[in-house]
Amino acid sequence: MKDMNPDDISGEYREHTLTYQDGTQRKVLVTENETPLPDGRLIVSRTDLNGIITEVNQSFVEMSAYHKDELIGMPHYILRHPDMPAAAFKGLWETVQKREKWHGYVKNLRKDGGFYWVYATVIANIRNNEIVGFTSVRRKPSRIKVTEAEALYQTL
Amino acid sequence: MTHNFSVSPDFNPSHISGWYIFNTWLQRAISENIHLELYNDFESHRNAIATDQLDLIYANPYDAALLVRDKGFVPVACPENRSDEAIIAVNKESPLVNIEALSEGTRISSTDDPDVRMMCMIMLEPAGLDKNNTALNQRDTYVLVAKDLLKNDADIGFFLEETYNDLSEIIRGQLRPLVQSEIHVIHHLLLAGPKLASKRDEIQQSLLSMSDDEKGKGVLKSLNFQGWSAVEQEDTEFMIDLMDTLTE
Repeated sequence: MKDMNPDDISGEYREHTLTYQDGTQRKVLVTENETPLPDGRLIVSRTDLNGIITEVNQSFVEMSAYHKDELIGMPHYILRHPDMPAAAFKGLWETVQKREKWHGYVKNLRKDGGFYWVYATVIANIRNNEIVGFTSVRRKPSRIKVTEAEALYQTL
Repeated sequence: MTHNFSVSPDFNPSHISGWYIFNTWLQRAISENIHLELYNDFESHRNAIATDQLDLIYANPYDAALLVRDKGFVPVACPENRSDEAIIAVNKESPLVNIEALSEGTRISSTDDPDVRMMCMIMLEPAGLDKNNTALNQRDTYVLVAKDLLKNDADIGFFLEETYNDLSEIIRGQLRPLVQSEIHVIHHLLLAGPKLASKRDEIQQSLLSMSDDEKGKGVLKSLNFQGWSAVEQEDTEFMIDLMDTLTE
């Protein structure tokens, strides 16, 4: 995956190098600009078994600030924000493999370097008793929950 | 052999005759005897599903999961360009301007429509509200929900968008939407049960060509539908997965 491009960033930014679980590294550029998820919206996406994005809805596209064709075929961790500790996602893989729902408060990274908070739910897509992919739905969290998650993630 | 057809009880009362007209049209189109049974409440409708009394159902997305995954129903079609969206409304004079302004103890008026209630409760989450810190009045109809708002017996009311828009102008003029869902991918759909599964393709073809002739157009008009779109198994599985992520 390509490093983030300074030309795409709005305002002052800091630079981080993220190392994802598959060993891939990427330079990400991060600002302090928050874009709240509008009321009433749900962000929906599907991935294959390897976490590669296969479908996104319009809210996903708008909130991520990417074009749809920049998202399809990319790993879902394209949205990973450096403020999200790996431990926050602990249990996600094990939970969905057990065919149970995973929930968590997540700070996502936008293409323009900004961020948005969501309450995410991930489930396995089971067809003929086999897991064929995953669906993730993200909704607007309460500010109190976001504050709690921010405090917790700083300790992890 | 007569098959039994039913419609999710959140149907608009003004479309009751439309469903009977549709049933007559469908029987001719597929040369089968079909009896239409409309239930006034979700409990009676659920009982009919649980006891396998129904062979064809225009189902809400909440019931679709049970019907497809546990009862062997197969998807046929859904109304064209129509998704299920919900509205949380307030009295027009209410000082509330957004969801975050709501506080614990908020009085909610709602019908027992399961998908509308689910969507609206999700829209309350940004205010930190849930079923444990709100007071819910359950009403039999959306008109009674509207009356609760007009009489200030509730702070907010839950509506199916279509039903809100069908309220009389006098009532709607005294209300104001606080927030409206924009989910786009949840919708009602027509499902065929195991006894009608062999007729599924024939029913689908008939529905898809419904707007090709004057009679079919008239039936669609009586339901306030633009037409029907084909729904395949995977489309429905996707919607059910999505509903799954939203339920507790």
